[in-house]
Amino acid sequence: MNTVSPFVLLSALLFTLGVIGVLTRRNAILIFMSIELMLNSANLAFVAFAHQWGQLDGQMFVFFVMAVAAAEVAVGLALIVTIFRSKKSTNVDDLSQLKG
Amino acid sequence: MQLLSISPILFPLLGLLINAFFGKRMSERLIGAIASIMVLASFAVSAYLFIRAGALPEAQRLLSVDLGIPWIQAGKLSVPFGFLIDPLSTTMMLIVTGVGGLIHIYSVGYMRGDARFQRFFVYLNLFIASMLVLVMADSFLLMFVGWELVGLCSYLLIGFWFSNLKNAEAGRKAFVVNRIGDVGFILGILLIFATFGTLTFSGVFGKVTAMSAVNSPVIVAITLLLFVGAVGKSAQIPLFVWLPDAMAGPTPVSALIHAATMVTAGIYMMTRAHVLYTAAPATQDVVAIVGALTALVGGSIALTQYDIKKVLAYSTVSQLGFMVAAAGLGAYVASIFHLAMHAFFKALLFLAAGSVIHGMEHLGHANGAHAVDPQDMRNMGGLRTKMPVTFVVYVIGALALAGVPPFSGFFSKDEIVVAALQHNPLVFGLLAVAAVFTALYVGRQLVMVFFGKARTGNAEHAAESSPVMTIPLIVLAVFAALAGFLNLPGVGTLGTWLAPAVGGYEPEALQIGVAGLFTLLALAALLGAWIVYRDAFAKAADADPLERFGGLYVFLKRAWFIDALYQSVVVKLFYAASSFLARVFDVGGIDGLVNGTAVLVRNTSGALRRIQNGLVRSYGLMMLFGVVVIVAYFLWSAAVH
Repeated sequence: MNTVSPFVLLSALLFTLGVIGVLTRRNAILIFMSIELMLNSANLAFVAFAHQWGQLDGQMFVFFVMAVAAAEVAVGLALIVTIFRSKKSTNVDDLSQLKG
Repeated sequence: MQLLSISPILFPLLGLLINAFFGKRMSERLIGAIASIMVLASFAVSAYLFIRAGALPEAQRLLSVDLGIPWIQAGKLSVPFGFLIDPLSTTMMLIVTGVGGLIHIYSVGYMRGDARFQRFFVYLNLFIASMLVLVMADSFLLMFVGWELVGLCSYLLIGFWFSNLKNAEAGRKAFVVNRIGDVGFILGILLIFATFGTLTFSGVFGKVTAMSAVNSPVIVAITLLLFVGAVGKSAQIPLFVWLPDAMAGPTPVSALIHAATMVTAGIYMMTRAHVLYTAAPATQDVVAIVGALTALVGGSIALTQYDIKKVLAYSTVSQLGFMVAAAGLGAYVASIFHLAMHAFFKALLFLAAGSVIHGMEHLGHANGAHAVDPQDMRNMGGLRTKMPVTFVVYVIGALALAGVPPFSGFFSKDEIVVAALQHNPLVFGLLAVAAVFTALYVGRQLVMVFFGKARTGNAEHAAESSPVMTIPLIVLAVFAALAGFLNLPGVGTLGTWLAPAVGGYEPEALQIGVAGLFTLLALAALLGAWIVYRDAFAKAADADPLERFGGLYVFLKRAWFIDALYQSVVVKLFYAASSFLARVFDVGGIDGLVNGTAVLVRNTSGALRRIQNGLVRSYGLMMLFGVVVIVAYFLWSAAVH
């Protein structure tokens, strides 16, 4: 246990907060922000481990995650805007037409 | 050379393609002209091939035209795509295209105004092409292709007027009964391949000759199986029941397919395979007896029929019996000779019968007399003066059929009975009785149709058919009268010509005793028919004089109860089995299986669909659980190792 750095603990805490946000929030924007929180907690873990093991791989990966996250934000926000235009709502519970 | 040799097949194919694709926009006259011209072109090429083969020395007349295309290559099986231009096939080609051409021309008149005129000529051209494939094939397999194609055409044309259920059923019956024979034929071909490793005629016959075995079991089996095919196609006992029903088709079809050409395919096949049959005398005896019995049975049934075409149909069965008997006796030339003569006079009789039917229908509808069956001979009478051309050609055909010299049928029948006398007295006896029956029923038919007084309004108002129908009749009548001179006893022009293809031929001298006996029998029977039937039918409803024979009459009238036997044994059993399969096995077994699967899937998915509730958050929760489970598994397995 003594090898676990405070950064990793922080990362786990942020990830848990993100998960709880995704599962409890109904507003699509807030869910989205929670997902970003989870992504960044993962980034933090990458950096923390990279620092711990003295390797650059993790740090490099963070840039990839950031790039993908940026692209995802663009697509995701566009989707939310479109949904809002047609539904007049960003409540994800309203989007349940595909239920069995 | 190759293209020329196969062009007799290509011409009708071209005609059928033109008529099939553009016929809708063409006039009846043009459709008929294209179909007829294609067949006549095919006839011209056949005649050219015939003459050119005749110019060659005798030993080189067996020309095999290999198209250089390997047709089937599979393991040991190798079948080339080749055709045979030899004396036998060119003779058959001339008969098929010559008689076929005349029947095409006749059909233009006969089918005038029919709703499916175009389709009729497409089928007819297809038939000519198929029949040529059959007679020109140089391997058993290609012959079988033609064999099946003509069977298909026969089916299509019997049921041509399919809106009447009876016609459609007749077509189906012909198809099913022929399949029984075809199974034998296929098995025979397979056995040939298993035994000899090849299917080409030259290959098989070469190996049989090399074996020089007599009655070896495998050859007897092969020949018997092939004969089963011939029994189906050539309407022999016990499979002849389809041919009389086949008269449901238009009359030109009856003339072309069910008298002149297709039904003789079995005889042609046996002649082609004469090397095999000569090597199996045991089979030959069976063939001869079956043929002679068929001749007798067919002739006896024809005595009691009222339908003008049914009489001719049973007569065809009987005459095919003569040919098959001749093939069984090893008299292949006599067999082919009778085949050719029969093609002429029976096509003539059928077409003339068609002309009579046409005449009977002529004014029928206008007078409101449509209830009268135009094919029932009891409704006819006195047509001699109404339809003079038809009458004259009918008499010529009838005399040829009855075997009165010097008409064609006399010479060909004479050759068969002379061969029978030399080889098999039993066959000779059966054929003699059959010959008497022949003259009797043909005399009865002549008297009922043409003599006496008109018995209905239709007969009263009958009129001669148009020249497009009577000219082919006259041409055929000339052949029916004179073609017998092609193979005079002691001269044997046709026999000498066929000799290289049928394994040699020695012309028989005329046997005055046999010829005289059969002439006397025929004349006596004709006279007998005249005496019995001259005054028999004053009205259409009168009873046939033969009815005083009671049970025997009914026995013959019902065609020896063979149809009834099939009905009660085969058809009933089949229906019982079918209804078991339909009502029990299908409903319980197959449907149960299918429906059971569906119910299983529906119930399973009914349970699973509750999970898919459409709420993103619950999906997210499930993903979380999944991730937790997977991570827990990895941690656990890491801890264990």
